[in-house]
Amino acid sequence: MIKKLASCVGEYKKYAIATPIIMLGEAIMEILLPLIMANMIDYGIQDKNIAYTVKMGLLMILCTLISLSCGAGGGICASKAAMGFAKNLRSKLFHKVQTFSFANVDKFSTASLVTRLTTDVTNTQNAFQMMIRMAIRAPAMMIGAAIMAIRINPSLSSIFIVVIPILGVCLYLIMSRAHPRFGIMMEKYDALNTSVQENLTGIRVVKAFVREEHENKKFDASADAVRKAQLRAEKLVILNSPVMQLCMYGCILAVLWFGGNMVINGTFQIGKLSSFISYVTQTLMSLMMLSMVIMMITISMASIRRICEVLDEEPVIREDAHPVEEVKDGSIEFSNVSFSYAGDSNNLTLQHINLSIASGETIGVIGGTGSAKSTLVQLIPRLYDIQSGSIKVGGVDVRKYDKEVLRNAVSMVLQKNVLFSGTIRDNLRWGNENATDEEIIEACKAADAYEFIQSFPYGLDTDLGQGGVNVSGGQKQRLCIARALLKKPKIIILDDSTSAVDTATDARIRAALRRDLKGTTTLIIAQRITSVQDADKVIVLNDGMVDDFGTPAELMERNEIYREVYTQQQKGAKE
Amino acid sequence: MPGPGGPGGPRGGRPMQKPKNASATVKRIFKYLSEYHALLVIVVLAIILSSLAGVIGTSYMRSIIDVYLEPMVTEGYSSTLMSGFIGTLLKMAAVYLTGAVCTYLSARLMLQVSTKALYRIRVDMFTHMESLPIRYFDTHTHGELMSRYTNDIDTLRELLSNSMTTLISSSITVAAVFIMMVIYSWQLTLLLVFLLAAMLLVVRFFGSRSGKLFREQQAALGRVNGYIEEMMDGVKVVKVFCHEEKSEEEFEKLNDALCHAATQANTYANTMMPIMANLTNIHYAVTAVVGAILAIKNVISLGTVVAFLQYVRNFSQPVSQISQQVNSILNALAGAERVFNLIDETPEVNDGYVTLVNAHKDADGTLHECKEHTGVWAWKHPHKADGTVTYTEVQGRVEFDNVVFGYTPEKIVLNGISLYAQPGQKIAFVGSTGAGKTTITNLINRFYDVPDGKIRYDGININKIDKKALRQSLSMVLQDTHLFTGTVADNIRYGKLDATDEEIYRAAKLANADFFISHLPNGYDTMLTSDGANLSQGQRQLIAIARAAVADPPVLILDEATSSIDTRTESLIEKGMDSLMEGRTTFVIAHRLSTVRNSDAIMVLEHGQIIERGNHETLIAQKGKYYQLYTGMFELS
Repeated sequence: MIKKLASCVGEYKKYAIATPIIMLGEAIMEILLPLIMANMIDYGIQDKNIAYTVKMGLLMILCTLISLSCGAGGGICASKAAMGFAKNLRSKLFHKVQTFSFANVDKFSTASLVTRLTTDVTNTQNAFQMMIRMAIRAPAMMIGAAIMAIRINPSLSSIFIVVIPILGVCLYLIMSRAHPRFGIMMEKYDALNTSVQENLTGIRVVKAFVREEHENKKFDASADAVRKAQLRAEKLVILNSPVMQLCMYGCILAVLWFGGNMVINGTFQIGKLSSFISYVTQTLMSLMMLSMVIMMITISMASIRRICEVLDEEPVIREDAHPVEEVKDGSIEFSNVSFSYAGDSNNLTLQHINLSIASGETIGVIGGTGSAKSTLVQLIPRLYDIQSGSIKVGGVDVRKYDKEVLRNAVSMVLQKNVLFSGTIRDNLRWGNENATDEEIIEACKAADAYEFIQSFPYGLDTDLGQGGVNVSGGQKQRLCIARALLKKPKIIILDDSTSAVDTATDARIRAALRRDLKGTTTLIIAQRITSVQDADKVIVLNDGMVDDFGTPAELMERNEIYREVYTQQQKGAKE
Repeated sequence: MPGPGGPGGPRGGRPMQKPKNASATVKRIFKYLSEYHALLVIVVLAIILSSLAGVIGTSYMRSIIDVYLEPMVTEGYSSTLMSGFIGTLLKMAAVYLTGAVCTYLSARLMLQVSTKALYRIRVDMFTHMESLPIRYFDTHTHGELMSRYTNDIDTLRELLSNSMTTLISSSITVAAVFIMMVIYSWQLTLLLVFLLAAMLLVVRFFGSRSGKLFREQQAALGRVNGYIEEMMDGVKVVKVFCHEEKSEEEFEKLNDALCHAATQANTYANTMMPIMANLTNIHYAVTAVVGAILAIKNVISLGTVVAFLQYVRNFSQPVSQISQQVNSILNALAGAERVFNLIDETPEVNDGYVTLVNAHKDADGTLHECKEHTGVWAWKHPHKADGTVTYTEVQGRVEFDNVVFGYTPEKIVLNGISLYAQPGQKIAFVGSTGAGKTTITNLINRFYDVPDGKIRYDGININKIDKKALRQSLSMVLQDTHLFTGTVADNIRYGKLDATDEEIYRAAKLANADFFISHLPNGYDTMLTSDGANLSQGQRQLIAIARAAVADPPVLILDEATSSIDTRTESLIEKGMDSLMEGRTTFVIAHRLSTVRNSDAIMVLEHGQIIERGNHETLIAQKGKYYQLYTGMFELS
């Protein structure tokens, strides 16, 4: 896990390595300073030796300056390394997600991908920075200070043998117990945020059903759960400083007692006593610092794990080693296709689909809720891989194509569609980066979008805002169709793409498609029978199987489902 | 839709944001703490004791060395000195023990107080948010609101559980050490002025620059997070359009900018600490040299210099701790201010006084209020003038009288709408997108208030009706279905919290949702997460219909409630829907002809006005807009 992250340090490796080394300089200076101070007192001030005092003072300032430059230099390197690391990590994650297939994305859900790329990266970055700054410095200080103490008085240093294990065990006990409690706290925190998020998106439902009180109660419960979990976790962590204080104070008392007796017996110099105490203090402080670093890393372990889950995810769709680079025509053939989202052959979403669609045909798809209409068409541009059978586009199995070539030839308007922030023109150019304004306008006209675009004060340059908030549902659908048309595809798939536009507009769009897209295979999923009535052929899906496939006239003759839907919807219209 | 820096916003390295009205904000934070007045006093006392313990301990240490050990080294062992030595050690142990206990006590009590205060702030914020009008949610992005629950509360948590105690204890230590310094030697204390001046300079130099750089970092981070949100949200579109490389390119640009800004900001922050720490070391050296000179000139004693230097060392740690806290305190105040801003927003006005009560009807038709559920509802209408109360039966008669409305004053959405719905009638609204259909239904339940014209419900102006009562008497199935985390049954029960399982099954059967629900892994107990992402759009709508059915209100509003349900399923639920609408006034918005065909009256809206009205047959015969909307294709083909 750590190895995978370490590779993200990349070109910032030199900073990442330099940081602890430079910080080592700071640590050494900090160990030397008390020694100089002690000498200054013992030989300079006690002996009223001004020259020596000044010499030591200057030495101290020199050390301080070295320490300062090391500290600052280490800080600079650390920030370069940590921010660079975060940048690479973010890039790597983003790139990974781009290689994901639909199935991979479904597995994580978009909200959780966002958290992993934002909060989790920030947590990891902070832990990383802390680590490279402290991981060498704290143990070095600890060891250095301990060595100094031992040099001053080895027998008195045996105090360490007693105190350090006690402190270590205490800190370990506190941390190891606190860690899972922090995990629980984060979970409760997530639940609290989910509850807020739900109330933001569903505020109209809450208000319409007058459920404010109910929601308040629910929130109260989760806020209380957070409070309790936080209390439970931090209750342990706050033990750190009293335990630390007790150990340190105990040490000082012990040093004063044993050291004092040594002084009285003449085996220890009195001037060394206070510098010994300061080294003892420093040693214990560094131990404390080290435990904090470990604490922070363990807490961020949860984030690291979540990041690694994304990095370890294998993109389900693999490209052929020698991909076919051209889609010949818009013919589609399904032979004995079965598919399951979970990859479970006992729970098939589509079963034994056999279809043959000639290039240039217009095909309607109808079927009940959950009859797998969207699933069927999403297999054509290979958004999911099938379990068995084969799908051929232009006479070649979709798995043999270069993915980009295939998807450029098969243009798809998704049911749950998204526009991006930027102008209308920016969004439409997704279909074709180099589209001229004439081409864009042509596509907009075909999608019946040109009229309303013109009514906007800035026309094609109108800014859509994040998620296309500035246009209505029907307008959004028409822009999405125009975007797909700009690809000039061999096959175009409209997945219930006109549900928010009225029948007349819908009819105009279909007429325009027939006129402008001669030779393009068109698949239309629709709830409205009128949308598929003028298709060459209609697929009737029922429960993941093809119930019938034929011309509207034929289906009217022989297919019960088709006839039922037809009479349902056309009742009254023909009077 | 969470905006930049939304829920996934940053924890560490926040910018130095200056709060606008610090003292008022501090006061309000203390108000939340005030309930624990006694505890807080103990906390402060404990902090004072624990800080003093450190200072006093150091002075005992000095006296042990100077008063007991020093003489014994020069003059030899003395039992009186020895017992004094032991006595002082014991006193020191007692002081230290008290210190450690007080440290724990203050932290533990503060934790209790701060978690409780945070809990109350969260609940207050949420409760208040729930009371805000829909308009507020229209004008604030989710990300903006979310970040108050995450980033802003986090800064407050940091303040309450960390900064405050550190600040108090550091200040006390600084003050105590300072007093000791003055006592020992005012001359040497004067040198502090230089140290403080230098520190102030450093803080000012770094503070203003790092503040600016941190703000830049936040902005860059906001852009990166915003882009991530957008691309993750649209990741399927990215794939369909093979736009992966393009979006990576754009991402790299933003990511590089963030890396640059963040490195700069953190460089400043990382450099400031060692500078502050080492300034105190330089100060130590200077003090030592000056002290030595003074001692040689016999201005002060040698022991004084040594003791003073010990205090100089004690001085540095709390000073750098305080300087570390300044940033997070300012941040927390800015965060608290945003939280309080939300709490201060004006809630939805609810001055209606007509309420909804259960009633039973006498043989002569008079209504009597009663506690138990009778199936008969009445409007309880108190008259202020003469103190009497009248009861009107809830029937579901809805009347619009020349209603004019716009979401913003500049843009009128509805213009002079008048309509009349008899109890039990089914009224349909049709028209192109943006014609104002949804707006009409939003006015009936007072999501928005009408500035001009009147809406009456059973003859009562809806402005007089208590909003809760009004909304309870209406059931809505909205265009966008929202499901909550919980089981399927919980979600249906949302319509009526005390509904029995039996009622829930009945409602689900009515909506034809029973079939697919019983095929879910755990049936009605299947957990739905992230807005029911594991269900298809059509299935979600069926649950929403069941939810409205279980509420059993006199008026029903169906806003594109069946748009994602195919016609076959729709025809299957038609019977259920018919029995649901039976005896209820129903407003229906739909594009699909089959949904609106059997309405009692159909209103065709265009540009905020009703341009045609009548039943299906008359409108078809009229060959107007309605005819065009639904038969347009026949003309074209």
